[in-house]
Amino acid sequence: MILSRRSILLSGITVAAAGALPGFAYAAASTPKRLVFVIQRGAADGLATVAPTGDPALAAARRAIADETAGGPKLDGMFTLHPSLAQTAGLYTGKQAHFAHAVATAYRDRSHFDGQNMLEGGGSRPYGRDDGWVGRLLTLLPAAERDAIAIAPAVPLALRGSVQVGTYAPSRLPQADADLIARLTAMYADDPLLHPLWDSAVKTQELASDIGGNNGRNGADLGKLAASLMLPADGARVMMVETGGWDTHSGQRGRLAAQLRGLDQLIGALQAGLGPAWNDTLVIVATEFGRTVEVNGTGGTDHGTASTAMLLGGGLEAGGKVSADWPGLGAAARYEGRDLKPTRSLEGVIASAVAHHYALDPKRVMTTLYPDV
Amino acid sequence: MAVQYLAANRFGLGRRFDEPAIEDPKDWLIRQIGEYDPAPAAIAGLAGREAIATAYAEYRDERQAMRREAKNAADEGAEVEAMRRRSRADFRRHYADAASARLAAAVATPTPFAERLVHFWANHFAISADKQTVRGFAGNYENEAIRPHVMGKFADLLTAAVHHPAMLLFLDQAQSFGPDSQFATRVRNRGRRQAPGLNENLAREIMELHTLGVRAGYTQADVTNFAKALTGLTVAGIGRGAGQRLMPADARRGETLFVDRLHQPGALTILGKRYDQPGGKQAEAVLRDLAVHPATARHVATKLARHFTSDEPPATLVDRLAGDFEKTGGDLPSLYRTLIASPEPWTATPTMFKSPWDWTVSMLRALKTPGLGERQNIAAMFTQLGQPVWRPGSPKGYDDMVATWAGSAALMQRVELASRIAGRIGDRADARALAPLVLADALTPETSQAISRADSPGQGLAMLFASPAFLRR
Repeated sequence: MILSRRSILLSGITVAAAGALPGFAYAAASTPKRLVFVIQRGAADGLATVAPTGDPALAAARRAIADETAGGPKLDGMFTLHPSLAQTAGLYTGKQAHFAHAVATAYRDRSHFDGQNMLEGGGSRPYGRDDGWVGRLLTLLPAAERDAIAIAPAVPLALRGSVQVGTYAPSRLPQADADLIARLTAMYADDPLLHPLWDSAVKTQELASDIGGNNGRNGADLGKLAASLMLPADGARVMMVETGGWDTHSGQRGRLAAQLRGLDQLIGALQAGLGPAWNDTLVIVATEFGRTVEVNGTGGTDHGTASTAMLLGGGLEAGGKVSADWPGLGAAARYEGRDLKPTRSLEGVIASAVAHHYALDPKRVMTTLYPDV
Repeated sequence: MAVQYLAANRFGLGRRFDEPAIEDPKDWLIRQIGEYDPAPAAIAGLAGREAIATAYAEYRDERQAMRREAKNAADEGAEVEAMRRRSRADFRRHYADAASARLAAAVATPTPFAERLVHFWANHFAISADKQTVRGFAGNYENEAIRPHVMGKFADLLTAAVHHPAMLLFLDQAQSFGPDSQFATRVRNRGRRQAPGLNENLAREIMELHTLGVRAGYTQADVTNFAKALTGLTVAGIGRGAGQRLMPADARRGETLFVDRLHQPGALTILGKRYDQPGGKQAEAVLRDLAVHPATARHVATKLARHFTSDEPPATLVDRLAGDFEKTGGDLPSLYRTLIASPEPWTATPTMFKSPWDWTVSMLRALKTPGLGERQNIAAMFTQLGQPVWRPGSPKGYDDMVATWAGSAALMQRVELASRIAGRIGDRADARALAPLVLADALTPETSQAISRADSPGQGLAMLFASPAFLRR
């Protein structure tokens, strides 16, 4: 029986069936490169994910949630990893994790949709491009490494481009995509009946689709699914995984801990599921922008600017390292007096990691992925 | 005022893609009263009462037999379980088939106003398929007790509903026996066990829900006496216990019977009137009187007015309909004509929130390409949307208010279904062209613009079906 990725998708056989076919992973002569882009929709707080505990201004700014990362592993003299990220910490120790801090895209406002559009499209302004950086990257890859898929009901902007891309949505994932939801939000804005109903429906859906749900197991399931789609000889080589629920305006301590636990399990399950192929895999985790330096009045943080991006995998250029041109958290050092100031472009971080991973010319990668930046 | 949209959606079930524009809304509706076909093609192939009753009885018998076997031979458990599942599937099929046929009929009908009235009356005389004995009969109930009578007298509709096995089983009439019936007296005289007795469920719900309305002046004694009058009515081959042995030998399974030996003998007084008719004639006489009672006229008028206006129907419309009901002795077509001719249903912009049923039907009517796959489980889909077919869970039926259906999770469910259907249709329908057709005079510039700005044909379609106007009627 020839079980191709396509038939796996069509028949709905996922993790268990793929795992039950030994030899599946080793059918190809060489191990091709794999890339996974995990998007954190909703603006993940980089200051709590990789906390600059060595910065004297942090505790004063974060007040009630200053000890959010207490007990987390120390990454170096400056940074502490959130304690929920236990498996990720293990990768860091093994030089398979790198955190780029104080990074941001070229976007400088604070709208989720615009910010995500910039993060995915890789343009210089919101809605400036109708294709995405991953989609453009595919044109640089050999045919064998070009097979891309998104775990989403529709192709996300990041993957759009001249190369055909597949999608896979387990039925439990919501069918209505974020863009339709945003448009309906606008459509119902002036409707006194539908507006509040829709608001609450969207909030509930965001919670249900959180990777942090079910004590992180939602994240583990997603990671397992992602690995099963990428492991087969004719499986996907490039993948985008959607995660939501990062918009922690209130009660950040518990919510972010759950979110990061889910992310940690996602990464752990992906690594475990890929087995030896993990050594030729690059995982990029990024969000559209960061959150305010100061805690707000409801134990949360509001939309900010710079955040943290994660690079994970077996062949990193600088694993076991936090890279940052640290701007400091003092009031004068902040962007517009409130946000972590971006000192490096996220686009540059992504392009150089991708160039290293695929052994491509960094300049060519930069101009292809980010032609406008 | 969106009179075309109101005609098509408040009165009808949404405009079909192939229907011409409604030139004269009132004439279009009146014509449907005459053109109504009580036996549309979509329901023609469904099983009859005997087959449904047999499937249930076999399921029940097999289950009992298997319980005994399972005790004897524990190691045959798997085989027993497989058999049980098979017989359960057989007996559930009747419900699933009928639910699919109901949807097909609603999507295809050229008389959507009449079809809406079928749904309205089936919900007024609600049975609920969560009772296993009732489930298989649910579709047959609507098709044989409701459909033939929606263009007749209210009294005939009431009588047909009350006498259908689904109603008799749902409201426990098959287990209600006259305390002084020959049957109960004989059991009592043997003194071995508690004598069978009265079950007031059906009598109470007929008065409270089907006719007079709650707190309409009837007393507990009226309910009890009415329950006594109803005794003797039962269903062959379904009920349990000693009563089944009293069925005539030639009775067919699933047949409604009047068994005189179960009936409470003697004259009874109900709502101040004495009923001394013999046997089954007694309850029929009570039903005829209840059907034309002024409280019934008001109760029915209120529900009908609400269904075609808003949560709080205008008193003028209720009065007019109730007056018409009393004057004509509950002539339903006359009520419909009065309703159509009244200004109240036409004065507002669409304010009623479509039920999941109405919304889904109107969506499927709008599409030339079938919106659902051949293998779509229709019953499961409506359960997910929050309105299981023929399963309101109570004899009261589904409430008919905005708040009944306008919930946040329900709204998301609709958006997800619209999105899924739109994904299937893709660019085989152009929402920009479809919007003026299905939303007609309710299409706003905002909705039109939002649809035209969609990023794909599918998204445009989903937005049309999720638009504020399309969600309402």
